[in-house]
Amino acid sequence: MTMELPHSLSLIRPSEKARLSAHRDDLRSEPKAVRIVIVGVAVTFLCIFVVMPLVVVFAQAFSRGIGAYVAALGNPEALSAIRLTLLIAAISVSLNLVFGLVAAWAIAKFEFPGKTFLVSLIDLPFSVSPVISGLVFVLLFGAQGFFGPWLASHDIRLLFAVPGMTLATLFVTFPFVARALIPLMQEQGTQEEEAAISLGASGLQTFFRVTLPNIKWGVLYGVLLCNARAMGEFGAVSVVSGHIRGETNTMPLLVEILYNEYQFVASFAIASLLAMLALITLVTKTILERHLDEGRQSHDN
Amino acid sequence: MTIEVRNLVKKFGEFAALDGVDLRVADGELLALLGPSGSGKTTLLRIIAGLDWPDSGEIFFDGENALLRKAGERHVGFVFQHYALFRHMTVFENVAFGLRVQPRAVRKDEAGIRARVKELLDLVQLDWLAGRYPSQLSGGQRQRIALARALAVEPVILLLDEPFGALDAKVRKELRQWLRSLHQEINVTSIFVTHDQEEALEVANRVVVMDKGRIEQVGTPADVYDNPSSAFVHGFIGESIELPVDVADGGVKLGGTRLDIAADGVRPGASRLFVRRHDMQIGPSGAGVLEGEIAHVRNFGPVQRAEVVLSHGKTVIEIDAPRDRALRPGETVGLNPRRYRIFTA
Repeated sequence: MTMELPHSLSLIRPSEKARLSAHRDDLRSEPKAVRIVIVGVAVTFLCIFVVMPLVVVFAQAFSRGIGAYVAALGNPEALSAIRLTLLIAAISVSLNLVFGLVAAWAIAKFEFPGKTFLVSLIDLPFSVSPVISGLVFVLLFGAQGFFGPWLASHDIRLLFAVPGMTLATLFVTFPFVARALIPLMQEQGTQEEEAAISLGASGLQTFFRVTLPNIKWGVLYGVLLCNARAMGEFGAVSVVSGHIRGETNTMPLLVEILYNEYQFVASFAIASLLAMLALITLVTKTILERHLDEGRQSHDN
Repeated sequence: MTIEVRNLVKKFGEFAALDGVDLRVADGELLALLGPSGSGKTTLLRIIAGLDWPDSGEIFFDGENALLRKAGERHVGFVFQHYALFRHMTVFENVAFGLRVQPRAVRKDEAGIRARVKELLDLVQLDWLAGRYPSQLSGGQRQRIALARALAVEPVILLLDEPFGALDAKVRKELRQWLRSLHQEINVTSIFVTHDQEEALEVANRVVVMDKGRIEQVGTPADVYDNPSSAFVHGFIGESIELPVDVADGGVKLGGTRLDIAADGVRPGASRLFVRRHDMQIGPSGAGVLEGEIAHVRNFGPVQRAEVVLSHGKTVIEIDAPRDRALRPGETVGLNPRRYRIFTA
């Protein structure tokens, strides 16, 4: 049996109830109009500065149909640029992976004089304009540069060749892996390593069995960002490349050259590859960030 | 395994964490290092384990110089305050770690490792957690797994750094008794660090009281409680009433008034009088060494705690009295120390 309270007994009338709950809603958030304006501004901004350029890139690339797009990418010059970009990225990412790991390890797990200086030094490539970074290498290794005469006399060619471009990319992308790992490793502390060592593990065993598994998502995250920058770098590479067609042009450099020559389809076809790289990076980054958060949560109090 | 520490010194910059420490630990002992934070107890433990190195001094395990050996070669099991379990490994793999990283010549085969891990998980009564990850365990369970992991490689010495420091009060109490009985079972020379005197006195065979990088006293729990060797130990262990007094002409004076107690051979000058709260007897007014007025009584629990304002100098002291005599606020009483100690200030 159910009992119903007569309406007169209910302390608050339904209409009043609705008003009260609406009122409470208002207290918890901004008025509707304000919310619409804020969200609207954000969406408009995103559309103009992110979505539209992306759409334009693909629209231009396919403006003469898929055939022209494929032909543009199959051009020997384009293929050579893609190969060179992949080569430089592969070398600089793997070297920076090692450098980044070593630097982060040293900074997070040890105390030594000059540590703060080293930390700010790691950020240097972020704070210097890429063009300046490239110029530094020209000043060092160019014909009139510091090491120039010595290099020339030994017949070693760094500038306007792959080694110089790799060096410039290395410099510009150095901070990514180290930056991703330092806060993670600092947060994790040294206790697990100490536990491993006191259990008889060697330095290498400790690194591969304890340290590396704990930071693997951070490593992937750093590598991903490092790779995106290595493939997309324009300024520093442009200064040291010399723009020798079919030899020292990477994808971003080729995009500019083709554009200046009014070959819009070819130019945007290559640009579309870089845009796709950006999209893939973005998705992977989101997935990795989720794993990184999980790693943090399982961290002991 | 016996441990001998000789004149150990360790400085962090200007701060002397250890300032000349000498200590002998007998085989099979369960020793507590007790002291306030910053007293150097954890530093001493880490140096014995090989996780830190002293600036000077020596350590011997069974007469052999331990400082010549790296941490991994000392066969020391170390248990950390925050467990330091390998978070990406299951409980089983955590315990198996020490066995898996052994040199191939002495390493057990997979079946041997499984059997040993099973045995250890049984020992800490957590075999049903083998497949879980550390993040899925409670604090008490994690610490027991950390202990099992340390025991896996059959250490000759077991070192525990504030093993129960991160646990709540109830779990702490259970684990205390459990650790004591476990030590009786495996009988490995063990040292544990704590800042909790109750823990030290209840669990250890012997207690080492440390302060400011020095050892203040070494003794059985009864020793350090009943016969503290310094003002610091008396103040740190147990709850004491402490009064500033003057020793002159073989007598003791509190604020100019002579007290009817002997100076016990303490040098003349400014001194401190220590009495345990439960050693201060409350009697009728006019018949005590001290005189005071009861300000407040808290009468629940096994004893009643009275706040007494002393007539000399209006100092407030707290006394634990048996519950057979009703105390009323406002009442003037006489106080007689059953036992007391005087230390030069």
